[in-house]
Amino acid sequence: MHYFIGNLGHFFIITTFISSAIAAFSYLKAQTQTNLEQKRNWINNARTAFYIHTIAIFGIVFSLFFIIYNHYFEYHYAYSHSSIHLQAQYMVSCFWEGQEGSFLLWMFWQAIIGVVLINTQKNWEAPVMVVFGCVQLFLASMILGIVIPLIDTKLGSSPFILLRDAMDAPIFKTQPEFVPKDGNGLNPLLQNYWMVIHPPTLFLGFALTLVPFAFCIAGLWQKKYSEWIKPALPWTLLCGAVLGLGILMGGYWAYETLNFGGYWNWDPVENAVYVPWLILIASIHTMITYKNSETALKISIILVISVFILILYSTFLTRSGILGDASVHSFTDLGLSGQLLVYLLFFTVLSIALIVLRWKQIPSSDKEVSIYSREFWIFLGATTLCLMGFQVLIPTSIPVYNSISELVGVTSNLAPPANQIQFYSKFQLWFGAAVALISGTGQFFWWKKLDSSGLRKQLLFPVLLSLIIFAIIISVGKVYDPAYLVLTLASVYLIVSNANVLLTLFKLNPKLSGGAIAHIGIGLILIGILFSAGYSKVVSLNNTGLLYSKEAGTEFNRDNLLLFINETRTMAGYDIEYLGERVQAQNKSGFIKKSDIELTNDPFKVVAKKDVLFKEKKLFSSKDTININPENTYYEIELRKNGKVAASLFPRIQINEAMGGRIASPDIKRNLGSDLYTHVAAPMDPDAEVDWGKTEELKITFGKNFFVNDYVAVLEDVKRLDKLEGVELLKEDVAVQAKIKIQGEHELYYAEPVFIIKDRSQIGRIPSEVKDLGIKITLLNIHPETNEFSFAINQRQKDWVIIKTLEKPLINILWLGTCILMIGFCVAMVRRFIEYKASAKAN
Amino acid sequence: MKKSHLLAIGVIVVAIGIIIATAGDASTYVDFDQAYQLAESGKTSSIHVVGSLKKDSNGNIIGLEKSADRLSCSFILVDDKNKEQKVVYNEPVPADFGKSEKIVVIGEYHANQFIANKILLKCPSKYQEQKLKAGV
Repeated sequence: MHYFIGNLGHFFIITTFISSAIAAFSYLKAQTQTNLEQKRNWINNARTAFYIHTIAIFGIVFSLFFIIYNHYFEYHYAYSHSSIHLQAQYMVSCFWEGQEGSFLLWMFWQAIIGVVLINTQKNWEAPVMVVFGCVQLFLASMILGIVIPLIDTKLGSSPFILLRDAMDAPIFKTQPEFVPKDGNGLNPLLQNYWMVIHPPTLFLGFALTLVPFAFCIAGLWQKKYSEWIKPALPWTLLCGAVLGLGILMGGYWAYETLNFGGYWNWDPVENAVYVPWLILIASIHTMITYKNSETALKISIILVISVFILILYSTFLTRSGILGDASVHSFTDLGLSGQLLVYLLFFTVLSIALIVLRWKQIPSSDKEVSIYSREFWIFLGATTLCLMGFQVLIPTSIPVYNSISELVGVTSNLAPPANQIQFYSKFQLWFGAAVALISGTGQFFWWKKLDSSGLRKQLLFPVLLSLIIFAIIISVGKVYDPAYLVLTLASVYLIVSNANVLLTLFKLNPKLSGGAIAHIGIGLILIGILFSAGYSKVVSLNNTGLLYSKEAGTEFNRDNLLLFINETRTMAGYDIEYLGERVQAQNKSGFIKKSDIELTNDPFKVVAKKDVLFKEKKLFSSKDTININPENTYYEIELRKNGKVAASLFPRIQINEAMGGRIASPDIKRNLGSDLYTHVAAPMDPDAEVDWGKTEELKITFGKNFFVNDYVAVLEDVKRLDKLEGVELLKEDVAVQAKIKIQGEHELYYAEPVFIIKDRSQIGRIPSEVKDLGIKITLLNIHPETNEFSFAINQRQKDWVIIKTLEKPLINILWLGTCILMIGFCVAMVRRFIEYKASAKAN
Repeated sequence: MKKSHLLAIGVIVVAIGIIIATAGDASTYVDFDQAYQLAESGKTSSIHVVGSLKKDSNGNIIGLEKSADRLSCSFILVDDKNKEQKVVYNEPVPADFGKSEKIVVIGEYHANQFIANKILLKCPSKYQEQKLKAGV
C-alpha cells in the first residue's frame, strides 16, 4: 500500500481549494481598497495565493499521474481507468476518462490562463481575478471529497480515494491491505492519439470562455461598460479557435475510430458544446462593432455572459446524469448534481443580477440602423447564429423539462426526437444557408459605405461568379434536393464574396484579412459537410448474390461485402482482396501476419516463426519475442487499380470483454475527391466450430508435385525429431516430421505434420494447419517399402471477413475548411492583440 | 414600424416555430402497453421505452439470444410496469450491455415484436456495482 502519494495528492487538493478562496477574497479586498499601500499588499497576497493554487494543481496532476504510471491499483482511479498493459502514451488519457480528472484538467488550464492574465493585465487584474478565483473555488470543490461534518454531505469526489473506500467488496473485510494485480483498463475507444489531444483542446476552449466572461463581469462591476471589450476580444477569438478546433477534433476522432460512419451524431453531449460555440461566434461579431453601435455593446454583454452560462449548463447536462436516458455517452452520476447545480445557478443569478442592476447605465441609443450598414448585417448574422443555437438547445434540454415537471409533481414523458440526425439536420441546414448568405453579403459593407446602387455594382460580379461555380458543382455532383441546392449556392456565394474581399485586403493590409479567411473556411466546411453527409453512399454492395445471414435483414445482406481470403472482388472501381488477419507490435509501427507468429502462454507475447517483413522492411527476426496487444486484430484489405496497389487498409476489431465485446474501428482510404471508409461488419468467429469436410487420402513420394485444394504442393523432407514440445519422447519412441511446401496465391507456406510411434504400438498424429489456405494435412502412415507417405488432407471454408465501405465525397473540403478557419482566427487574433497592446500603451 | 421591431418580431416568430416543431418531432417515453396501443391505432412513429433486462438471482441475463453470426440479437426487457417484452435488435449486442442498470429502446411494434432501432444504456455509477476482479 502506498499511502503517501494519495495523502500528498489530497493535501494538494485542499490547498487548491483554500488558496483559490484566499485569492478571490484578497483580490476583492484589493479592488475595494482605496488606500494605495494596502491595495498593493492585498494584490501581493492575492498573487501569492493564486501562484500557490497553480503550483498545487501541478502537484495534484503529478500525484495522480504517479499513481497511474506506477500501477498503484489500491487507488480507485488507477484501478478503474488503467491497467498494467496500458501503453504509456495513453496513460494521460486516464485523466479524462473519469470525471475527477477532467475537472482537474479544466482547473489546470484556467490556472495557467490566470497566471498569464496576472502578468499582462495591470488595470484589470483584480476584478478579473476575483471571478477566476470564484470559478476555481467551485471546480476545486468538485474534487474535494470531504464530508462536511455538521450537515453530513459529501463535497466533491476525490481522485485519490482508495479502492477499499470506493467499493464494497467482501475481500476488504478480511484483507484490508488487498491490492488487485491489474486494473480494469482504459476504454479501448480512448486508446487513440486523437483522444490524447482532443479533450485537452476542448477543455482549453472551456477554460478560455471564462476570460471574456470575467472581463465582462469586471466591466459591469467597475462601470467600465465598453472598456472591457478591447482586452477581452483577442481572448475571445482564441477561445473561438480552440473550442472550434476541439469540437472538430472530436468529430475527426469519431470518424476515425467509431464505426457509425460519420463525424457528428447530434448527441446531447456534442450539442452541449456546439451551442456555446455558436453563441461565442455571435458574440465575437457584436464585440467587433461595439464602437459604432451602442446596441452592439448591450448585445455583446448578454452574449458573452450567455456563453459562459451555457458552458456551465452543458457541464451540468453531461455530468449530472440527467441525460442518462437520452445520450449514448454521458458521464455517470458521481453524486455531484447538487453541487453542479449550485455552480450553475450561482453564476447565472449573479450575472443576471449585475446586468439588471447596471442596465440603465449601459450607454444606449435610439438611432435606427440602416440596412446598408455593417451593423445591420452583423445583428442579422448574430441573431441567426443565436436562433441556430436555440434550435439545438430546446430539444437537447428535453430531459431537463421532464426533471423540472417532476419536481412540481407532473409526470412528463417527453423524449428527444427518435432520429436525431435527421431532425437536427433538417433545421440546421437552413440556418447554415442563412448564415452563409448573410455573412457573404455583410462583407461588402464591412470595408465600404455603400448605398443600394453601389451595392448592386459590388454584388454583380461575385453573384455571377457564384452562379457559374454553383452550376458546375451541381451538374458534376448531381445535386437535385432543393434544400441542398440552396445550401450549396449560399456556401459558394460565401466563399466567392469573401475571396473577393480577401484579394482587395491583401493589397491594402493583409493583417486585416482574418475575417475574410475565416469566412472562406466556414463556406468550405459547409460544402464539405453537405457532400460528405448528404451524399455519403454505401459502395460495398453485395455483388455475390449470396445471402450472408437470414436473421440479419435485407439491409445487412445488401450493403456488406463478403471477402474470402486471397480472392479478388471488385468494389467502387477497385479490385479488392482480403489478405488475412494481422496484429500490431507495441512500440513498432507496421502490421504482422498472424501466420508468421506463434502464440505463447502469455497472451501479450508472441514469437516470430520466421523473419517478419512489412512493406519489404524487416520488423523482426525469426525467433524474436514480440509484444502485442492481443485484443486487437487488423484485417488487411488491399485495393488495386489497374494492377497497382492503391491502398492497404487495416480496419480493426478489438475484443474487450470488460467493455462488452467487439468494437470495430474503420480504416480510411483517402482520395482527393472522396474517402473510402471501411470497417469490418462481421469477422469470423474464432470460437465457432470448424467443419473440416471430407478427408482425402494421398500417397506421395519426395519431390513430386501434387494438389492440395488446388494449390501446388510438394513433399520436401521427412526427418526424425529428437524433441517434441508437449510430448515426452523415450529412447524407443519415434517421431517423424514431414515438410510440405505449398504455393499459395502470394507466398509459400509450409505444412509440417508429425507422426509418432510411442511404446512401439501407440500411434499419434499431429496435423498441421495452413490457416490462410484453409487446409489441414495429417501424416497418416509411412511406407518404407515403396518410399511413399500417406497423407490425409482436409479442407474447410476459407477465412473470410464481411466489410462495409462508405464513400464520403468531398470530406477533405471539410478538413481543409477547418484549417482555413483556424488560420483566419489566428490572423484576427494577432491583429486584435496588437491593437490592444497599442491602445494600452497609449493610455 | 422600426426595422429593429420587425427584426424582433421575426426572431420571436422563428423561436416559436422552433418550439412548435420540437414539440411535434419529440418522441415520448411510454411503457410497452401504451406502445402496443399506439401501434394498434396506426401510429408508426418511433417511441422510447425504458426498462431493465430480465435477470436471474445471480445477475445473469435471461432470454438474451444472439443470432448464429452474432449480427443481431433479441432480449427480454421488463418495463416500469413489470411487463415483459421480447425486443429484437438488428445489430450486434452493444458493449456494456450486461452491466447496464437501465436500458432505453427506441423503436416500434411490428406485430407482437418490438423492433429496436437504437438502444441507449444507462450504466451504474462505478462506485456502486462494480465487481472486483479479486486475485486476477
